[in-house]
Amino acid sequence: MSTATPARAPHDDLPPPGGRGAPTRAGSGLFDPKQLLKSFPDALRKLDPRVMITSPVMFVVLVGSVVTTALALADPADWFGWAITGWLWLTTVFANLAEAVAEGRGKAQADTLRTARTGAVARRITGTKEERVAGTELRVGDLVVCEAGDIVPGDGDVVDGVASVDESAITGESAPVIRESGGDRSAVTGGTKVLSDRVVVKITTKPGETFIDRMISLVEGAARQKTPNEIALNILLASLTIVFLLAVVTLKPFAIYAGADDQTSLIVLTALLVCLIPTTIGALLSAIGIAGMDRLVQRNVLAMSGRAVEAAGDVSTLLLDKTGTITLGNRQAAAFLAVEGVPEEALADAAQLSSLADETPEGRSVVVLAKERYGLRERDRGELAGAEWVAFTAQTRMSGVDLGGRRIRKGAAGSVLAWVAERGGSVAADARALTDRISGAGGTPLLVAVEDAEGARVLGVVHLKDVVKEGMRERFDELRRMGIRTVMITGDNPLTAKAIAEEAGVDDFLAEATPEDKMALIKREQAGGKLVAMTGDGTNDAPALAQADVGVAMNTGTSAAKEAGNMVDLDSNPTKLIEIVEIGKQLLITRGALTTFSLANDVAKYFAIIPAMFAVAYPSLDRLNIMGLASPESAILSAVIFNALIIVALVPLALRGVRYRPAGADRMLRRNLGLYGVGGLLAPFAGIKLIDLLLTLLPGIG
Amino acid sequence: MSPQIAGVLQLLALIAALALAYRPLGDYMAGVYSSEKHYRPEKWIYRAIGAQPSAEMRWPAYLRGLLAFSAVSVLFLYLLQRLQGALPGSLGFSSIDPDQAFNTAASFVANTNWQSYYGEQAMGHVVQTGGLAVQNFLSAAVGMAVAVALVRGFARSRTGELGNFWADLVRGTVRILLPLSVVGALVLVACGALQNFAGIHEVGQFTGGTQEWNGGAVASQETIKELGTNGGGYFNANSAHPFENPSPLSNLFEIFLILVIPFALTRTFGRMVGSLRQGYAILGTTAVIWLGFTALMMWTEFAHRGPAFEIAGGAMEGKETRFGVAGSSLFAVATTLTSTGAVNSFHSSYTGFGGGITMLGMQLGEIAPGGVGSGLYGILIMAVIAVFLAGLMVGRTPEYLGKKIGTRQIKLAACYLLVTPALVLGFTAVALALPTPGNSMTNSGAHGFSEILYAYTSGANNNGSAFAGLDADTQWFNTTLGIAMLLGRFLPIVFVLALAGSLAEQQPVPETAGTLRTDKPLYAGLLVGTILIVTGLTYFPALALGPLAEGLAS
Repeated sequence: MSTATPARAPHDDLPPPGGRGAPTRAGSGLFDPKQLLKSFPDALRKLDPRVMITSPVMFVVLVGSVVTTALALADPADWFGWAITGWLWLTTVFANLAEAVAEGRGKAQADTLRTARTGAVARRITGTKEERVAGTELRVGDLVVCEAGDIVPGDGDVVDGVASVDESAITGESAPVIRESGGDRSAVTGGTKVLSDRVVVKITTKPGETFIDRMISLVEGAARQKTPNEIALNILLASLTIVFLLAVVTLKPFAIYAGADDQTSLIVLTALLVCLIPTTIGALLSAIGIAGMDRLVQRNVLAMSGRAVEAAGDVSTLLLDKTGTITLGNRQAAAFLAVEGVPEEALADAAQLSSLADETPEGRSVVVLAKERYGLRERDRGELAGAEWVAFTAQTRMSGVDLGGRRIRKGAAGSVLAWVAERGGSVAADARALTDRISGAGGTPLLVAVEDAEGARVLGVVHLKDVVKEGMRERFDELRRMGIRTVMITGDNPLTAKAIAEEAGVDDFLAEATPEDKMALIKREQAGGKLVAMTGDGTNDAPALAQADVGVAMNTGTSAAKEAGNMVDLDSNPTKLIEIVEIGKQLLITRGALTTFSLANDVAKYFAIIPAMFAVAYPSLDRLNIMGLASPESAILSAVIFNALIIVALVPLALRGVRYRPAGADRMLRRNLGLYGVGGLLAPFAGIKLIDLLLTLLPGIG
Repeated sequence: MSPQIAGVLQLLALIAALALAYRPLGDYMAGVYSSEKHYRPEKWIYRAIGAQPSAEMRWPAYLRGLLAFSAVSVLFLYLLQRLQGALPGSLGFSSIDPDQAFNTAASFVANTNWQSYYGEQAMGHVVQTGGLAVQNFLSAAVGMAVAVALVRGFARSRTGELGNFWADLVRGTVRILLPLSVVGALVLVACGALQNFAGIHEVGQFTGGTQEWNGGAVASQETIKELGTNGGGYFNANSAHPFENPSPLSNLFEIFLILVIPFALTRTFGRMVGSLRQGYAILGTTAVIWLGFTALMMWTEFAHRGPAFEIAGGAMEGKETRFGVAGSSLFAVATTLTSTGAVNSFHSSYTGFGGGITMLGMQLGEIAPGGVGSGLYGILIMAVIAVFLAGLMVGRTPEYLGKKIGTRQIKLAACYLLVTPALVLGFTAVALALPTPGNSMTNSGAHGFSEILYAYTSGANNNGSAFAGLDADTQWFNTTLGIAMLLGRFLPIVFVLALAGSLAEQQPVPETAGTLRTDKPLYAGLLVGTILIVTGLTYFPALALGPLAEGLAS
């Protein structure tokens, strides 16, 4: 497996202290009322019946609007018919407006992407010659050359050379990244710009299907397909619409029998129908879906399908790579443990000196610890005259310095012991005990040895340990409350893994993990009915990414990984998986909340419209007019107006998503039921009454 | 003791009796449907009908067996009535007319037991005991089989198999309904109900004059009539008749019989899905609705104002003095919240609200606690709908008992939900729009409307009780109600079995802290709300024009 090292400073991706309400939380998102006006023309264009039919609820409203228009035309003197007609049309337009606004936000981003795509000219290599062709003429397998200043003409892998590439067109991140042949950093994306050097790229994607093309269609919503849960909800809404259609159609013969023929004109019945069918959720359903994808895009995550976003809400197991996700990228020195008879300061001094030539992060951390803990100033290599530096290499696994007669070495236990033995030195009895203790605690021991006049000997041990990122434990606690189990994946031995797992507070760990182990783990979890999410970036992660229900590929990763996952994180930040889960949940909650709200609304509408229709036939039914609405006309009109306005009022909520806080199911249900169930029951009583009061101020009504 | 206190005491006694029976009966039924053993008499039956009781069936096979069996039953019952004039032991009654025979056959096979005939003036011993009483057992066993198949759908995973229809049918009859009926009949005989095969007697009346009465196997038929939530009375007066329901004690016992299996089935459900708490949540939901309706009914019937009513201690018109307001209200709510439809008083004579409560009870889909079997599968469908509506609000795709409620599941549940409102509202509207059906009404205005609305509500929901006042023995009503009863029974069963099949194929999702807990009071409350709102929204306009217009006027 690979360990993704974030290109930016390690603390960038940490959850903010406290976590609550900070911008990284799902739930933020901008909504500008001006967008409503701007999207109005788009909303009108969506009145095409062929488009409307995809939402059965709103299609019924459209038909209702047409019917009332015809009726109003037949009796142009009737102000009531015109008023109802107007508001029914507005209801339809408001629904389209919600969708148009949601789509509009993606459009702007798509335009930026398009400018990056156009005009790329490829320098294709055929045999030994180089020819200039349009980027659109490239085929899979073509080799192209990109030099400093060139735009990469298509998606591909670097097969020769190394270059720094500006990927800001896609990621928005201006710092260039290095792309080189071989390994996990070979993928280049069409539309990005080569800043230096020269690379040969093998094209892996057909023109029109490149990453940037897919991004454009995704953010525009063109490729959006209804997700399984959305389809199921649509079916339920359609069947409720049929139930209400039945209730309203059969009402006419009932009314004729009751002697209320005049009060139940086709216009009134249409108004009743539109009020009853779940227009609120019907109008906002697709906007909620688009906005959910959009929230991911705003966090620089591209979901290749809405299905994946939904699945994210259902995830019950998260596989997280240790390095870069749970811990900072590298191990750090945590303590100096001297053997008996050696003062700790002497050990720290020796360790610092021997680490000056070690440019690895571990080496740097030894220098820093000595400075912080013992006040030992970091010495510049130049200020020690006559020093001979021994740099750290993967082969020797040691670094050090020779200062005249004094040689100091620091490195892996085996290497240092061999070095001491070679020089006929002695190893203090407690040195082994110290290394064992550190290993036992999951850390890595580094031995520090010296050879001077007293001969070669071990001075002590440096305790290197993985540093768990700040705030991770709290995040895992949150996840646990949400019912999500976290499994840490690491290449470390079980002992080390266990220590870090305990420190970070993950539920489980997979040590010495091979790609096969990872795959087996995913399959085992899935066999138990669980949905699994993971991140990955290497080619060897690809099978597991494809197998996982939510596979988030890092943008820095290989094209194989990006192809296998169903999401791509442009920031290449593995911690984002947690946010993705939250966004998935928030999407589902928003849908459920507005459905409940929409249904609960109907109760009040009945109390407005039924007495208006039948109080003449059965005066006793006037007692149902508990809101005390002024007249039958104003009552029906108020209900229709409320029904239309509530859509606009809820557009921001649909786009932003309901407020989400990680919590157990019970607490979440109680809160949302109270807010959207009981609220949905009561709000329209107040709303309709208020509109009715305003209407009575108009001349000729009430 | 005031009648109100007597009513409360009766209710408490009833609750105590139901609570005592709940555990043993529920567990026993779970055992019956889970056992591997076949008793010898059962084996004889299987051999006779050529069934292999241990062969597992997928839902289409289960459904085919059920539909074939029911079709044969309808045909048999139809022919028996048509040939009655030629059969011995028929008390000299003639054959039944085709439309009425169809109506009655459909009615008894669909567990509705709507009666457009007068038992004591039309049906002899052979049809009553050999035809109608047999269906009282079998139609109830069919309902339980469907419920058990759905429960197995929730309990099983990665198989499409739902059990064996023939085994479920036979066991439900032989091991549950028959033994309970024997005990119940003995109790009723002890209370004074009739059990003989006597011919027609002429008896004198207190006020002078004479009238003719026949005997019959009344107590035994009465028991299964209540126990199997059938409701077809031996006599036209049904459970108001002293031969069927002689005393306040027998009255309370009959209400107990109506409710005992439907309530205990929630325990069976909990047992079979491996979580008694899930069963308790469903029990709680049904009990809350039942108690709420009973309280409302008692309140509206006792509170009925006016000097005449006050002298009688509430609205006594159409009620037996033996049972009083409380005994009648208890019975009326129990019979309409289950698919029983037996009556011990005349719902037409209830207050406007009281009549509305009986209608709403049926319109809820008869799920609190509902008919034997049909009540359980009805409320499980509502549980699926409630999970879908509210489950999203916890941020996961909805699941119930570990099974995902996806597109297919919601499609089937939605179809189930559509059937009865379409039948009730559709037929009522057509009946009002046509010129002749309205002639059957006794009353005009809102009450007349209620008569027809009640008839189709009762038929399509397989209740079988009548509002009284409507002359239903016409070709129009016999035919349309017959169709409503058959479609109202078997279309939902098709959807339930298909749902059971799709659930049984699924692999369960393990429960986590993020799962909506469906065994908690919060969920039960949500389920009550969903049931009331979904039904209320569907029927509110119709109810407003009938019972509400009447009730608000007084």
